[in-house]
Amino acid sequence: MCRTLLCALLLTAIAAAQSPKYKLGRPATPADTSAVDSFVSPGGKGLPPGRGSASEGRAIYERRCARCHGPDGKGKEEAALVGGQGTLATPKPLKTVGSYWPYATTLFDYIHRAMPFDNPGLLTRDQEYAVAALILHWNGIIGEHDVMDAATLAKVKMPNRDGFTADPRPDTGPTARKEARK
Amino acid sequence: MRSTWKQRLAAIDRRGFLATAGLSAACSQKGEQAADEEPPSQLGAQVSAYGERSPYETAKRLVPDLKRPQIGSTTTPLADTEGILTPSSLHFERHHAGVPPIDPARHTLLIHGMVDRPTVFTLDELKRLPSVSRIHFIECSGNSGREWKAPGAGDVQRGFGLASCSEWTGVPVSLLLEEAGLRRDAKWVLAEGADACKLFRSLPLDKLLRDALVVYAQNGEAIRPSQGYPLRLLVPGFEGNTNVKWLRQLKVVDEPYMAKDETSKYTDLMPDGKARIFTFVMDAKSVITHPSGGRKLSGPGFHEIRGLAWSGRGRIETVEVSTDGGKRWKASMLQEPRLPMAFTRFRMAWEWDGQPVELMSRAIDETGYAQPSREDLAAARGLQSSYHYTGIKAWRITASGEVHSV
Ligand code: HEC
Repeated sequence: MCRTLLCALLLTAIAAAQSPKYKLGRPATPADTSAVDSFVSPGGKGLPPGRGSASEGRAIYERRCARCHGPDGKGKEEAALVGGQGTLATPKPLKTVGSYWPYATTLFDYIHRAMPFDNPGLLTRDQEYAVAALILHWNGIIGEHDVMDAATLAKVKMPNRDGFTADPRPDTGPTARKEARK
Repeated sequence: MRSTWKQRLAAIDRRGFLATAGLSAACSQKGEQAADEEPPSQLGAQVSAYGERSPYETAKRLVPDLKRPQIGSTTTPLADTEGILTPSSLHFERHHAGVPPIDPARHTLLIHGMVDRPTVFTLDELKRLPSVSRIHFIECSGNSGREWKAPGAGDVQRGFGLASCSEWTGVPVSLLLEEAGLRRDAKWVLAEGADACKLFRSLPLDKLLRDALVVYAQNGEAIRPSQGYPLRLLVPGFEGNTNVKWLRQLKVVDEPYMAKDETSKYTDLMPDGKARIFTFVMDAKSVITHPSGGRKLSGPGFHEIRGLAWSGRGRIETVEVSTDGGKRWKASMLQEPRLPMAFTRFRMAWEWDGQPVELMSRAIDETGYAQPSREDLAAARGLQSSYHYTGIKAWRITASGEVHSV
């Protein structure tokens, strides 16, 4: 008896701690969430339906991207998207999708949110998969006819996947961590 | 000898300005005696709805020549500011896809993901919640970035102007997440803006719960459009890019999502080809703003050395100043309040003997972190890391009083 009472008290206490205190704001509907949630996790959570390959991406790239990133992705007015593998430890590192980016999901996510720079949101999901596939293909990471979709994109292993380390700072002066000093 | 009003007016006219309200107000107090000498009293400028600074004041953000003016940055003229606050109109800018024109009545903040009650807040609702005001700097992690490869930024604005400090008002992120029923297994939060590139960053939940705010006001008024109007995330001490502007959603998740701006950009490349990721904290830094590069001392004698120091790890504990190129260091006077993760103003009285000298400052924060020399930084990180440059800055003063970068 005493135990159930205690239990009940505890449960109300937990419920109180978890219920909203100010009761402002309204519950979000699935429509609220789907209107803005396009996040893609490095493991592929959030990848939408759709598909595309490098060969299908060529025409879209020429029409929508080449103007700024060059006809072959090697950069023009804007950053190169291709090349640079093997340069990161040299005095002239070239950081591109192919040489530097750890995850292919980032490429797809970024094209969807931000490219083409002056008209983001212009491409269909199929076109986004296809253009991402083309940039991966130009970097020698996938084949020309490999299909990128919600199942395959997150499985692509980027050349610089293991190229990142945690923040070891402070790495100078009196408070420097021992392992950072080396 | 006092100059007559005619001489003074002529001097002002030569500089291309009209007689101002200030001048005529001063004159009107002189009384009848001065009638020959002073102008007849004149009324000054009329009352106005929104203040303008004096036309004599011209400090501006530096707007570089950009091929796409929506992507780029402008710098704060720190050498023209006093105290610790940056006027909102001079707060540095860094945009990745322009400043979106947001109607506050239609802007909302969505909180979802690993919460029991996904919630949408309007701006009015956010303003009804318990609020806090705090003074914090924001510094772009690319501030002073050119010093890595080409040391010697000519002046404070070019070398340090991607940092500014304001009083921010808003709601603690912890309160908002608790209202939405934060789940215990949550670890990271994705914060996204409503600009054209929908910029987002992954941020560690523990930091957001500790001291981050969702802010709607800056220095007493609504935050400026270029600072995220109507809402921005304020993550004290973290690199500028994480203080997401035009904030429209916080999604609670269990891992970082590896945004373009936390992988391709804002990661620090080391000489071995590995890059440091999630280097959030802005380490302690300082710069002498007076005397400083591009300016000229009017002559030998008394000058007050003034500068700014800040640290993303907490309070500034000491700022040491050297007037002999780094041989001897002396603690400067620190203006109170010394707030954590805020600009701190330092000052030191100085007699300039007219000889060439080199001035330097070195900040030490409450964790004991001491601002390193450029050599120490380069030894630890090489020269390719682009971001998070904190090296000690030296200004050289020539015998004629000109101040140059070392
Ligand atoms: C009007 C010029 C323009 C067009 C057209 C354009 N981009 Fe971009 N792109 C940019 C700019 C500017 C940036 C840098 C954005 C930033 O730094 O935040 C960029 C950055 C990128 C990046 C990130 C590069 C890196 O290494 O960080 C990728 C990937 C990219 N664009 C892909 C594309 C694709 C795919 C298209 C076509 C669908 C495209 N872009 C069309 C201007 C353009």
